[in-house]
Amino acid sequence: MITLNVNGEKQTIDVAPEMPLLWAIRDIVGLTGTKYGCGIGLCGSCKVLMDGSPVQSCMIPVSAAEGKSIITIEGESENLQLLQQSWVELNVAQCGFCQPGQLIAAAALLDKNENPTEEEINEAMIGNICRCGTYQRIKKAIYHTVELKNKSVS
Amino acid sequence: MSTIRNLSRRTFVKSIGLASGGLILACNTSIFSDKEKEEIKNLTEFNPNLFVQLNSDGSLILVASRSEMGNGVRTSLPSVIADEMEADWKMVKIQQAVGDKKYGDQNTDGSRSIRYLYETMRQMGATVKAMLITAAAQTWNVPESECVAENHFIVHTSGKKIGFGDLVEKAKTLEVPTEVALKSPKDFKYIGKHLRSVDAENYVNGSAVFGLDKRLPNMKFVAIERCPVTFGTVKSFDKTEALKVAGVEAVIEIPRITKPFGALGGVAVIASNTWAAFKGKEALKIAWDFGDNKSYNSSEFMDSMTKNVHKQGKVAKDIGSISKAFKNADKIIESTYQLPHLAHTPMEVPNAVAWVQGETCEVWAPTQAPQRSREEVASYLNTSTDNVTINVTLLGGGFGRKSKPDYIVEAAIISKEVNAPVQVVWTREDDVKHDYFHTVSAQYMKASLDKNGNVTGWLHRFALPSITSTFQPGVDYAAGWEISSASNVPFDIKNMKIEVGQAPAHVRIGWLRSVINIPHGYSINVFADELAAAANKDPLEFRLNLIGEDRIEETEDPIKYNTARLKNVLKIAAKNAEWGKELPEGHAYGLAVHYSFYSYVASVVEVSVINNKVKVHNVYTAIDCGTVVNKDTVKAQMEGSAVFGMSLAYYGKITAKEGAIEQSNFNDFKMIRIHEAPNVHVEIVESTERPTGVGEPGVPVIAPAIINAIYKATGKRYYNLPLSDYGLV
Ligand code: FES
Ligand code: FES
Repeated sequence: MITLNVNGEKQTIDVAPEMPLLWAIRDIVGLTGTKYGCGIGLCGSCKVLMDGSPVQSCMIPVSAAEGKSIITIEGESENLQLLQQSWVELNVAQCGFCQPGQLIAAAALLDKNENPTEEEINEAMIGNICRCGTYQRIKKAIYHTVELKNKSVS
Repeated sequence: MSTIRNLSRRTFVKSIGLASGGLILACNTSIFSDKEKEEIKNLTEFNPNLFVQLNSDGSLILVASRSEMGNGVRTSLPSVIADEMEADWKMVKIQQAVGDKKYGDQNTDGSRSIRYLYETMRQMGATVKAMLITAAAQTWNVPESECVAENHFIVHTSGKKIGFGDLVEKAKTLEVPTEVALKSPKDFKYIGKHLRSVDAENYVNGSAVFGLDKRLPNMKFVAIERCPVTFGTVKSFDKTEALKVAGVEAVIEIPRITKPFGALGGVAVIASNTWAAFKGKEALKIAWDFGDNKSYNSSEFMDSMTKNVHKQGKVAKDIGSISKAFKNADKIIESTYQLPHLAHTPMEVPNAVAWVQGETCEVWAPTQAPQRSREEVASYLNTSTDNVTINVTLLGGGFGRKSKPDYIVEAAIISKEVNAPVQVVWTREDDVKHDYFHTVSAQYMKASLDKNGNVTGWLHRFALPSITSTFQPGVDYAAGWEISSASNVPFDIKNMKIEVGQAPAHVRIGWLRSVINIPHGYSINVFADELAAAANKDPLEFRLNLIGEDRIEETEDPIKYNTARLKNVLKIAAKNAEWGKELPEGHAYGLAVHYSFYSYVASVVEVSVINNKVKVHNVYTAIDCGTVVNKDTVKAQMEGSAVFGMSLAYYGKITAKEGAIEQSNFNDFKMIRIHEAPNVHVEIVESTERPTGVGEPGVPVIAPAIINAIYKATGKRYYNLPLSDYGLV
């Protein structure tokens, strides 16, 4: 038995300890917002926050996630909800499949860096492929979120 | 105009998934093939395929007949009805149609959704509006001419108003008018405006249900090992190790179905979760009978195709006399271009849930072709199509891959075998290795210039395995429609010859976003740029001259193309880029313009080549796709097309060795990532012409524009793709 903490809820699941966190979340816990895109750490579709850091859940055995706080796209982080709003406002998604991973990567970035430069955005998002090619809007939506936050502060 | 009927009082509406109650109008959009029309005529005289239901609470339900795959169809099609109806967009709910002929042609390929359905959608909206006006006029006992529709209300000149929902009961009893006035385009509220995707919120909070997210009680997860060589078969297999994997429940062999969209066959691992199925698949030991395609080596194949285009081929078009033109030439230019196979790699791998129960089968799948899927499944199960229901989920990208339902047939086969609902999931490796690949091609071009730098003769010879080979094994020449994008080249050249060389297929060939326009758009645009250089002229000016006078080109197609519109997009792209302006050291512009899917697209790209590394900074795209239904969708599609075109230009290459595909995942079949993505600036030509394709025509211009820009920046001409082969990216 492995106990996971997903989006603040305890989940006790009976799986092989080496099962990647991705499949434990999708097939066992039953949260399907986290996506499979490549299975070998190349596309970022499976990103979740683990103790606040963005990780590729396809590369992490579920046993290594035990005792850590896991936040998925269905969960909340300091910046995730704001980013989601900007994403909707700028109509970022095309097919939408990569976007949960993109949003998790962006949330992890803003959680640590309030005012990222373009370089820093590229660095944080380089692991996330969007086959539909929404990168330009992703960048805009991140800037837009930063602007909204700056406005609400001043 | 298609007939619109009032179905409000029919009970059969339940069968289309609408609750009875409101005002329900239906029509037949008549976009069936002739064969289908014949069949349908024999069934009943009226088979509606487009439905609108207005309920008494004011909610409006539109049955969307097309797959959503990032092309915004679920937003754009209903917005047309809502606009004509003067409905409040917020009151509109969209229901996805299940795969059934009564919904008309649901296959989402060829950028034609909007094109085909636009007029009917407008009529439908206008008809509902007219009926509501009649209902209100009767209620108030005033002339209809004193009533107008405004934002979900009918308003009388006196100022009194009544909500759409409150008119439903009355409207239900009315005859459907046969003549209705359509709005003037200048009054459009939604058409031509920026509309947000109806799914935007679900996409960002994880609640959007793609095929991979479908779950049924007691559903099994399945992974399949297929022969590395296309059409190879299982000789024998050992499942001992696979069965030891925790969660694996069964291992079975599945047959190859020798149909264009039939299953490839192989060994299936049935498990209680996806990962166990994947692990079990890895643990299989299979002896294969590789079959004839074992001889396929793509580099040798490229050599042989190239030989075929360096000699006389089958003549597809011959006007004037190129031999005379070549003899009298001041200069002769020749080039050869080689482009590799490509894989679609939609972000969501192919997958399908199927549940076969007795004679019936229900499917949930991301498919661009619900009807084709339905027919394939029914044919496999040897049952009637009435027994097969295809529920279309959201698609995590399609690009043409998901219009081939082989993966759906696999799910049906296995569900039947194991007598349970199953979800077949392709690994990314399966997807890269067993695609219906975009074709590989060799092209040879030769042209003559006179003393003034005018093009006097043009020879275009190409060889590529045809998509037709997927349907008729053995076909080894391009089909007519694969020739037209070369033979319809819009240049005003008096002597022209198009020839086709031989090229047999050794893998499944399929259509990928913009299809044949990728190789032809590439060779034509690069070669034209070479000619400009040879003539010592500015590429923009040279190209506008080459296109020549404004004229409507005589093509075999019912829709003719207009060179004025072609030149117009080129001029707009150039103007927006400020063509000719001074650019930073190492930077240069390149251009390309192409007509496909009845739309006109030009792109000017700004590239820098510094330390032998290419970077694309800006892409200025102009598109003329007739009347625009949703500007934001068009813009997004152009942005996405630029990235799609860059991926193929930079990295796109699928190769085969001894029949097996050498690439496997995003490490060796790479995609453009965020740091490489350019700023895309889009201008959409204002037009009242009929709407034309948007999803695909933005792709073909990108690669040639990049090659042309690199030439301008470095003086070096690259002929083949991808650029990664030259170490440039
Ligand atoms: S699925 Fe994990 S990085 Fe692609
Ligand atoms: S939106 Fe389709 S892959 Fe990113």
